[in-house]
Order: sequence, then structure tokens, then C-alpha cells
Amino acid sequence: MDLFQIKKAPTVYDAIVVGSGAGGGMAAYMLTKAGAKVLLLEAGGYFDPADPKYMTQLKWPYESPRRGASTTRSGGDFDAAWGGWEIEGEPYTSKPGADFFWFRSRMLGGRTNHWGRISMRFGPDDFRRGSLSGVGDDWPIGYEDMKPFYDRVDKLIGVFGSVENLHNEPDGHFLPPPKPRLHELMLKKAATGIGIPVIPSRLSILTQPINKERGQCFYCRQCNRGCSAYADFSSSSVLCIPAMKTGNLTLQNNAMVREVLTDAKTGLATGVSYVDTISMQEMSVYGKTIILGASTCESARLLLNSKSSRFPNGLANSSGVVGKYLNDSTGASRSGFVPALMDRKRYNEDGVGGMHVFTPWWLDNKKLDFPRGYHIEYGGGMGMPGYGFGGGIEALNGKIPGRDGKMKPAGGYGAGLKDDMRRFYGAYVSMSGRGEPIPLESNYCEIDPNAVDKYGIPTLRFHYKWSDAEIKQAKHMQDTFEQIIEAMGGMPMGNKPGKEQNYGLAAPGRIIHEVGTVRMGNDPAKSALNKFQQAHDVKNLFVVDAAPFVTQGDKNVTWTILAASMRTSEYLIDQVKRKNI
Amino acid sequence: MKRRDTLKALSLTSLGLAVNPVEAAVPEPKPAVKLLPGRQKFEAERDLKLLAAEPFFTPAELQTVTLLSDIIIPADAKSGSASQAGVPAFIEFMMRDQPRNQTPMRGGLRWLNAKCVSRYGNPFAKCTKEQQIDMVEQIAYPGKKVPSDMTQGVAFFTYLRNFVLGGFYTSKMGIEDLGYVGNTPNQWDGVPEDVLKQYGLSYEEPKK
Ligand SMILES: Cc1cc2nc3c(=O)[nH]c(=O)nc-3n(C[C@H](O)[C@H](O)[C@H](O)COP(=O)(O)OP(=O)(O)OC[C@H]3O[C@@H](n4cnc5c(N)ncnc54)[C@H](O)[C@@H]3O)c2cc1C
Ligand code: SF4
Repeated sequence: MDLFQIKKAPTVYDAIVVGSGAGGGMAAYMLTKAGAKVLLLEAGGYFDPADPKYMTQLKWPYESPRRGASTTRSGGDFDAAWGGWEIEGEPYTSKPGADFFWFRSRMLGGRTNHWGRISMRFGPDDFRRGSLSGVGDDWPIGYEDMKPFYDRVDKLIGVFGSVENLHNEPDGHFLPPPKPRLHELMLKKAATGIGIPVIPSRLSILTQPINKERGQCFYCRQCNRGCSAYADFSSSSVLCIPAMKTGNLTLQNNAMVREVLTDAKTGLATGVSYVDTISMQEMSVYGKTIILGASTCESARLLLNSKSSRFPNGLANSSGVVGKYLNDSTGASRSGFVPALMDRKRYNEDGVGGMHVFTPWWLDNKKLDFPRGYHIEYGGGMGMPGYGFGGGIEALNGKIPGRDGKMKPAGGYGAGLKDDMRRFYGAYVSMSGRGEPIPLESNYCEIDPNAVDKYGIPTLRFHYKWSDAEIKQAKHMQDTFEQIIEAMGGMPMGNKPGKEQNYGLAAPGRIIHEVGTVRMGNDPAKSALNKFQQAHDVKNLFVVDAAPFVTQGDKNVTWTILAASMRTSEYLIDQVKRKNI
Repeated sequence: MKRRDTLKALSLTSLGLAVNPVEAAVPEPKPAVKLLPGRQKFEAERDLKLLAAEPFFTPAELQTVTLLSDIIIPADAKSGSASQAGVPAFIEFMMRDQPRNQTPMRGGLRWLNAKCVSRYGNPFAKCTKEQQIDMVEQIAYPGKKVPSDMTQGVAFFTYLRNFVLGGFYTSKMGIEDLGYVGNTPNQWDGVPEDVLKQYGLSYEEPKK
């Protein structure tokens, strides 16, 4: 029965890259610059933040009929993430009581169009937490292997920060950081006063121009909408579009890859098959090397779905490890109201699209009851009002004396309420801990035996539970947040989450730093990839997103995805030159 | 778009909803409204459909929502009222956009009218200004203990207050009232001197 005809493309590309996010974008950039003919397959549509057709930067909330509410995309109407926690026709499932939340963007550049731009390299200890602490595993590479690539990523893409000479927060090639905002100065004074360091943040935003293709930041605080001046890092504007300009890149948007094709005799990868999401046409395309950068969970899904008689467990999976050791950052947050900031003078304090200061991990886990650290991200200030602004005022305005010094009942209406809104504007701070979990074999994704997406591709089923290590870390975060808010004379808002709520520990996946499902390692029995992110079982197959990462670090992972993808691309170029591939 | 639908879309404008001319990215039929850039196809189609849909509120409901909105955010020396800022039209749109709002909103208005009829002999909109305020006073303070037949009203008023604040402060008028002066190209060079002084802060690193 011939249900549909599969179209076969005649060209054999030097490389096929699947996914155009941080990892895939970098591979496409490096390989096309080196002269290779590359096909980049991206499931989502085309996106260029400089094209007015897509531009939401500098728009006002009232330009959206729902004032930017998140009805059709998780980050709201202005956010440059097409997709989110749910995508129509692309379901995923979880085992009961072991939920995982999976954030996906479907567009050129993937999730790098709206990400937080927090760009931290791992430190020397982050690659060897296993041997340092006795729990978990080490990476097959160390900081010295990655340092040259972090340095090159810093220079190629641009990142601001400050030289601090901290052992596990290595300094990079930094552009000048923006000065702290008012609440950030207050946070810094309060936190340092109780022994918690606060230093300039490290974000991939151009506070100075670095080349002619990209402009300089004009401080609109909207990086999550994508920057029309290309002054922040998005894979679309900084890697994919320049790769197209080499003339060596063929970009195929709306191409949802189904599986990796292999040659039964040689066991090598020969190409991929995909569904054109507009015409629903099935396609097969061929390349000498296949590079997966579809994101941590999606790359595992692709490998597990690439079953053949030679690879019955899925591709690159003779170890059985693919899908296992899925791990996301821990996260917990708290906000506070700072009476000293009431009735503040108004001025433009937008700044860059993110915090200007943060707290790197500052303690020694040997003296604590949990094995890994976290960093703290800060929020606050006189931001642009968005959907839901002012919501929950009744939880606050009954606790703050009015202008006449008298308390009034919570909630209310009328001129008094309007006055509260003016007085309280810009007087809030928030803090979020982002920490390192222990990767566990028992946290995994697998192919759901009963489900497919609208393209007929089998979908993922998750199984993820936090352990005691993460719960205790969240408790420490909550205690710290409260201390900082109190040290700045603030009032912590809401109730402090206790044991019953896991101390506010966010559900797995919610922090969107998932890594680990296609581990690298030196032992092919325990890992899927070698230390160059090359499949042990299939030498012309690579993975360049965060799936290969053994651990998270107490950092956000994207700068490491970029550096590791650059390293893998150079290794591949070298291997081709030596005729090993 | 049919003429009838165009008229409907236009009547939304009169309610204060932000609607402008055509966006090219959207496939035909030629819409009478301008959508935000960067809409995905399904979003654009959905937005157009919602904007052209039948109103959710009956005229009487819309009148009550408008009265309540202006009690929550009245005009004062600095800015106008919620209805002058287009808040009722925003709430109307949210009823279509997120249908889970429909029951709490419609039901809350019914509750209010039933309560007003039994207290004052008239639905809310037909009550005198004094009666309206008397009613609102019963349900405007979620921290206060209220008789057990008023708790649903307190919940409804809290729900509506949040909607009205959200609508007002995301309007041009509300943003100006707050004094937000960003969303424009800028050169950030730190907190102004006088503000630093006011808070006793500085950019100098303390000597180690
Ligand atoms: C709100 C938010 C804030 C964040 N902030 C930060 C931060 O401050 N710092 C940080 O380090 N990280 C942050 N992250 C995480 C960061 O976005 C990700 O780590 C990073 O984008 C992952 O890159 P990736 O290479 O895995 O690809 P992704 O960016 O996930 O892109 C993958 C691409 O592959 C495509 N694709 C998927 N499946 C297929 C298929 N089968 N066929 C073809 N194409 C496919 C997708 O459409 C997508 O475009 C944030 C994420 C979010 C959502
Ligand atoms: S804050 Fe700067 S880099 Fe970010 S979007 Fe605005 S101008 Fe661009």
C-alpha cells in the first residue's frame, strides 16, 4: 500500500544540521565559513528580528488586543518564542507523578530569540563535580579543553561582564557592563553586607559595537522580543543569517525531521527524512555527516526514533543510555516590596534586557547539607506595564500606611487605589535561584509506546522526580532570599513556601535548562558520544545541543552549548581533512 | 471581510480597542484591523476571528462593567477613568480570547444584580449612585470579615479589580499616569545623580 510518495533529493550535502538554535546555528556557521556545503533543517518558520514583518520591539501593550497576554504563546504576544509549553499537534506525556515540562520554540534560531542572554562559562569545578564530591559523574573533558572555545565565542558573539578573578566563575573577554539600576544598587549593598557577593551580570548584549554587521544596544530592556539592531545574541541574527551569506548554506524551514537514515551495511548515517509541515510532503535528504541540534529532548527523540535492524534500540544507543540522565536546573523564587522605593522619581531605567547584577554561587557545599550550588538572578525596577499589571494589589495595599500615615483596608477602589498604584510603582524586587541538580539515571525521556504527533512521529514520555539534594537546595534559596529582602528593609511578599511545597522548587523542566539525554563519556558502554560529541557507534553522527552534557553546572548552559558546538565543528573539519570521516 | 464584519470591527474601535489598518502578512480576506507583527498564521487567523466575533457582553452587562470599571478607576486630576482608557472593550475582548473568564464574569454580574434587586429593588445599573457605592463597599475589601452571603461578591470584585487595573495601566493613559518613560531608544548611564544622593548610594566601590 503506497500511502504517500517520499521525495528524494539528488544533492549529497557535506553536512546536514537539524535545528537552528544555539548548537545547530553554531555548527552551521562554523562549517559554512570553512567552505562546507550545509543543509540546515528547521522545523519552524523563518525569523529575522530586523525585518519589520516580525518586529515587536518598541511596541506598546495596547498594540495587542489582549495587552500581550499569553493566550497563544507562553511568553505573550510580544515575545519572540513561537511555541512554548504546549504546541498544537505536538504533544508529549509524563508518567503520573513524575511530570516534566518541555518548552519548545519553532522558528529560525529556536529558543535563542527570546532567551535571557545570561551567558556564563562553566568553571573548572563544574566539569568534575563527581570526583570533587563523590556524587554524580565527571565530564570526559575539563575547563582547559573548553577555555579556548569560550574565548572565541566571547569574541565572536560578544558578552559583557567584569573581571573578578573568582576560581569557579572564570573571566572572559568582556565588554563593559551596564551600571546597576537603583534597586540593584540597593540589593548589592544589602547582600554584600550579609556576606553574599553581588557582581555585574554576564549577558551576551553589545554595550559596544563589535563589528559592522551588528549594532549597539540602545537599552530598551526587550531582548526577549529579539533585537532589530542585532545587538543581542540570537542564533537567527548572529549565526544563521551570516551563514546564509557565505553562499554555502541551504536553509530549509518548516522541515520537521522524522529520523536519521543509515546504511545497513556500513552502519553510517546517510541522511534524514523529514515532513514538510506546510505541504505535509515526506522528504529524504542526504549528507556525508549528520549533526543533531534539535535541543536536548528532541535530539534524544530523533535517535530513539531512528530504529533499524542494525540499531534496534535506536541510533547511537548500544549503551541504552539515550534519554536517561535528563536534568534541568533547580529554581525557586521570592519577591519583596521595598518601602524605601515608594514614590520614586521617574526616569528611564529600562537598561538592557535583563538584570545588571547577579550573585554567583558563593558557599562551600562541604559545609552544607546539599551537594551542589546555585546562583541568584535579580529583577525589579520601573518596567513597562504588561498584561496583569497591578494584579494582586489586595495582598499588599492593606499592609502599607497611606500618605496620611494611617492603614486602610486591603483592596478598595477609587482615587485611593489609583494613588496606591502610583506610590508602589517600581518598588518591588524579585530573586530567583538557579541551581545544579544531581543527574539521575531514573530521570529520563523515552518514546511513548501509544502516542504520535500530527506528523505521525512517535512522541516523548517523561519521567522526572527531584531528589532530596534539590529540595534541600531550594530550602537554602528561600532562607537566603528572605535574608536579602530583610537586609534591604523590604517586606517579603506572599507566604514563604515550606516543606509541603518543596520550598517552592519549580517542577522539572520549568527552568528550561534541560541537558543530559545523550551523554558524552569515554566509556562506550556508559555513554552515547565521545568527548567530541561524536557517536561512539556511528562516526559520522554528532550532537551539538545540550543533550551531550554530563551535568548542568550552577550556570545557565547556553554559552557552553555554543563553545562545545564550535569545538565539535572544528574537530569535524579536522577529521574530514584527515579523511577519517 | 464582509461589510457587516467590518462594521463590527469598527464598532470595537469606538469602544476604545487599539485597531489600525491592514497587515500584509495575513492572508486574505483583507482585514480591517492591523495585527501585531510577527503573528504566526494560526495566531493571525484567530485574532481576526475574535475581533470580528459577536460581542460577549449584552448591552446591559457592558453598561454594568463600565460603571464598575469607573468606580474602580475614576478620573482624577492626573488622568481619566477606566472607560475613557478603553478598559471595558479590553475586558470584552478577554472574554472571547480566554473563554474560561466567561462564567466568573457573567455569573459575578448576575450575582451583583440579584443582590442589588434584593437590597435596593433594582439591578446595579439602575441603582442610585449612593446605592451603587453602598453595594461596592460590601465587597471591596477582601481582608475584612463579611457576612457569608457576601463572600462570592468579594471574590468577584477582586477578580474585576485586577482586570480593570491590568487594562487601565496597559493603556496609553494609564502608562502616562504611572510615569513610565521608557520603551524608546536610550543611553543608560546609571541612576541620575540626584536620585543616588537621595538614597545615599554611589557607584564608587568602597575601599577594600
Ligand atoms: C524564557 C527562556 C529564558 C532562557 N534564558 C536563558 C539564559 O539566560 N541563559 C541560558 O544560558 N539559557 C537560557 N535559556 C535556555 C536556552 O534558550 C537554551 O539552552 C538554548 O536555546 C538551547 O539551544 P539548542 O541548541 O538546544 O536549541 P533550541 O534553541 O532549543 O532550538 C532547537 C531548534 O531545533 C528545532 N527542531 C526541534 N526538533 C526538530 C526536528 N525534529 N526537526 C527539525 N528541527 C527541529 C526547533 O524548532 C528549534 O528551532 C532560556 C530559555 C527560555 C525559554
Ligand atoms: S536591550 Fe539592547 S540588545 Fe536588548 S533588545 Fe534592547 S537594544 Fe537590543
